[in-house]
Amino acid sequence: MKLDSKIPEGPISEKWTNHKNNLKLVAPNNRPKIDVIVVGTGLAGASAAASFGEMGYNVKAFCFQDSPRRAHSIAAQGGINAAKNYQNDGDSTYRLFYDTIKGGDYRAREANVHRLAEVSSNIIDQCVAQGVPFARDYGGLLDNRSFGGTQVQRTFYAAGQTGQQLLLGAYSALSRQIGLGNVKMFSRHEMLDIVKVDGKARGIIARNSITGELERHSAHAVIIASGGYGNVYFLSTNAMGSNVTASWKVHKKGAHFANPCFVQIHPTCIPVHGTNQAKLTLMSESLRNSGRIWVPAKKEDAEAIRVGKLKATDLKEEDRDYYLERKYPSYGNLAPRDISSRAAKEVCDAGHGIESNDTNEGVYLDFSSEIQTKGKQSAYAKGNHNPTQEEITELGKQWLEEKYGNLFTMYEKITDENPYETPMKIYPAVHYTMGGVWVDYNLMSSIPGCFVAGEANFSDHGANRLGASALMQGLADGYFVLPYTVSNYLADEIRTGKIATDTPEFLEAENAVRQSIEQLINNNGTKSVDYFHKKLGLIMWNKVGMSRNEKGLKEAIEEIRQLREDFYADVSVPGAANELNQELEKALRVADFIELGQLMAKDALDREESCGGHFREEYQDAEGETLRDDEKFGYVAAWEYNGSDASKSVLHKEELKYEFIKIAARNYK
Amino acid sequence: MSAKKNININLKIWRQKNASAKGKMETYKLDNVSTDSSFLEMLDQLNEQLINTKNEPVAFDHDCREGICGMCSLYINGRAHGPDTGTTTCQLHMRKFKDGETIFIEPWRSKAFPVVKDLMVDRSAFDRIQQAGGFVSVNTSGRTIDANATPINKQDADKAFMAAACIGCGACVATCKNGSAMLFVGAKVSQYALLPQGKVEATERVLNMVRQMDEEGFGNCTNTGACEVECPKGISLENIARMNREYLSASLKG
Repeated sequence: MKLDSKIPEGPISEKWTNHKNNLKLVAPNNRPKIDVIVVGTGLAGASAAASFGEMGYNVKAFCFQDSPRRAHSIAAQGGINAAKNYQNDGDSTYRLFYDTIKGGDYRAREANVHRLAEVSSNIIDQCVAQGVPFARDYGGLLDNRSFGGTQVQRTFYAAGQTGQQLLLGAYSALSRQIGLGNVKMFSRHEMLDIVKVDGKARGIIARNSITGELERHSAHAVIIASGGYGNVYFLSTNAMGSNVTASWKVHKKGAHFANPCFVQIHPTCIPVHGTNQAKLTLMSESLRNSGRIWVPAKKEDAEAIRVGKLKATDLKEEDRDYYLERKYPSYGNLAPRDISSRAAKEVCDAGHGIESNDTNEGVYLDFSSEIQTKGKQSAYAKGNHNPTQEEITELGKQWLEEKYGNLFTMYEKITDENPYETPMKIYPAVHYTMGGVWVDYNLMSSIPGCFVAGEANFSDHGANRLGASALMQGLADGYFVLPYTVSNYLADEIRTGKIATDTPEFLEAENAVRQSIEQLINNNGTKSVDYFHKKLGLIMWNKVGMSRNEKGLKEAIEEIRQLREDFYADVSVPGAANELNQELEKALRVADFIELGQLMAKDALDREESCGGHFREEYQDAEGETLRDDEKFGYVAAWEYNGSDASKSVLHKEELKYEFIKIAARNYK
Repeated sequence: MSAKKNININLKIWRQKNASAKGKMETYKLDNVSTDSSFLEMLDQLNEQLINTKNEPVAFDHDCREGICGMCSLYINGRAHGPDTGTTTCQLHMRKFKDGETIFIEPWRSKAFPVVKDLMVDRSAFDRIQQAGGFVSVNTSGRTIDANATPINKQDADKAFMAAACIGCGACVATCKNGSAMLFVGAKVSQYALLPQGKVEATERVLNMVRQMDEEGFGNCTNTGACEVECPKGISLENIARMNREYLSASLKG
């Protein structure tokens, strides 16, 4: 089977406009006869559900949380990119497009990324119109800051809570449609399978988490916007409930899964504290605008810090290694995430880590220089041209608090250390997944009628996502892409009529779900779901993590195969199926994570090159930088499901053609 | 991180099988809890112990575990989100507790938030208040005016942001002796009242949201200020005052 990405013809800047002009429409009077299901209510899902409700379709939206407002987009901190060029620093749609392609290490589709850059400006207009309170300057206009992998200031933000404000904006639009009766909301519901009729997506089976009841819901199109799969590593910055189940179920029913090994390990997270830890906390990349990253230049100093004989503040300037500034002078502390993470691992592996945990893994993020710089500026702005050292420090701290207050507070709550006085300790952690369900230009998966949006699809970020681009993609997909492309698909459905749910297809899907639930409930094993999830996480982190090699990946595939057997033989799921049962919910998710983990290892093994977040130790240059192989691996790896042993999945390749950007080595030096 | 130290604790936890069942406090003992653990990691540890001894784990709501989703909701030792201030339960750490301490854990207590199971409650009333008017009626086409066409005074924008920082956890309601939702509703009304985009529908918004709030069975505000004290995001009482002004002027118009 050949993958058809359906990329429109024509010059890059006209593709989307021309495509939109040629898409079919559904007249307003026909829309109420058509049902659309949206799974997930993060930025992509909430914006899609609100848009389809507003257009007049019959929408059913699902989320596993108790309210759509709690989807994990809420936790995004730093900001959202848009090519507005408000700061007059040379930004443009083309530059945002170029930065994103380069940031993704030339493994994303040109046409999709250009569309994303084109609609980015509309997102900001839309959000401001909805009452999203972005940060503003004293003239009352919108403020911007920089993020990694760019040399302009195009990131819009709301303190360190940008995701929250954008999601609440989308949630308000969704709430309005729920109030008007255009969207029916199913909170505390989890999608457990997709139902296909005559090859088309026609509905879902969902479990009501309060009653345990299985429900059949039909629709003319199903939109999956259920987020990424970072929790396959057990420890990540994802929410505890974030899971791959909706995506994995559509994969099992025929949707290809693309580039599963492209995972983003975020450089600035709070280091692991112990074995009972359940999740990791991000410290926004925006902090790298103001913080300098360093480790002790001498190993003996690092050792002394770990045992508590030295403090970070004791080390003189010349005894510190600002390794990002040293290695990547033109981007410095704002080098892209994959590069910054690997650099942190490198210095820690070499014995310079400063954290006193089992692995000694940690580096400093230091704000002392910024306190001095900004303190002096603030003093001058207040007319004090001869400030004392105390005044400078005080004003500098105030400046930091205004920019990043909530992040500094969060850091102190978690670590019991004051980052205004002593540098933050940080280390990379799993954060985002660039891979996901394969979709064409219309965001439709290989199942007709099943669309996938936001982090759940693979389409825009290649092998590495740039900071502040996830929020942009989520809202772009939901507000500005799906309303056109799904309508085009639905134009052929206006005569279909209501889809019945008492058909063999729905019954069969429901029975299969019921069986898998009963199997887990009646298993009576001896170990908790978390026991297996943690084991999976360790295999993934050690062998399919920041650095990978052939031997480790082969071992991972075998170990996960064994883990799957052990899971079904020995997992213990207390309680019953027909009640609220959080362990059952976890077990269903972990079963899917295990299969996915194996596919990630398989994909990583297959991709014999290093690119973006995928670093194969065999493919690096003399300085330890990634060695891409465009000739052999300039493609999207789209995997077809072939049984629960994912190592037997079938590979399909979508060749990536770069017509508008000259493909080059990715250099940030 | 702080010095490594483990503590042993006693727990008294509200157990209730479902919404219609009668609940009661149960006692558990948990040893070797790291003081670096978060409160919810402590509960994870308890649940692991319960599962391994073939008992049913304690159900509790939680998701992001970084203090922003608003899903966690525990009443700990008689306080919403526990003994620390300006924090959610997930950001509360065990270093705030002593070795040998007995910790009481209950669900939110409020008529408008019925218990679903154990420590989980139903907060959908908040969603319905939002649906009644917590939005600007602008379509999602993106075809609006340029984002910088209307400058907004920085102070107003900052105040709107501080009101919009509400995470909808419901601690304000749980801690209020009247079970009032005025801080939650006041914050939403204020966010829009402070922005030019929200002015157009200001009258209908405040009337509709307050009407829905009353229908959901939330109590009246008697200005005790308990909500502001327990709010993990420091939402100010000013927002209630602003809502009252908005409501008064809307009522006079109406």
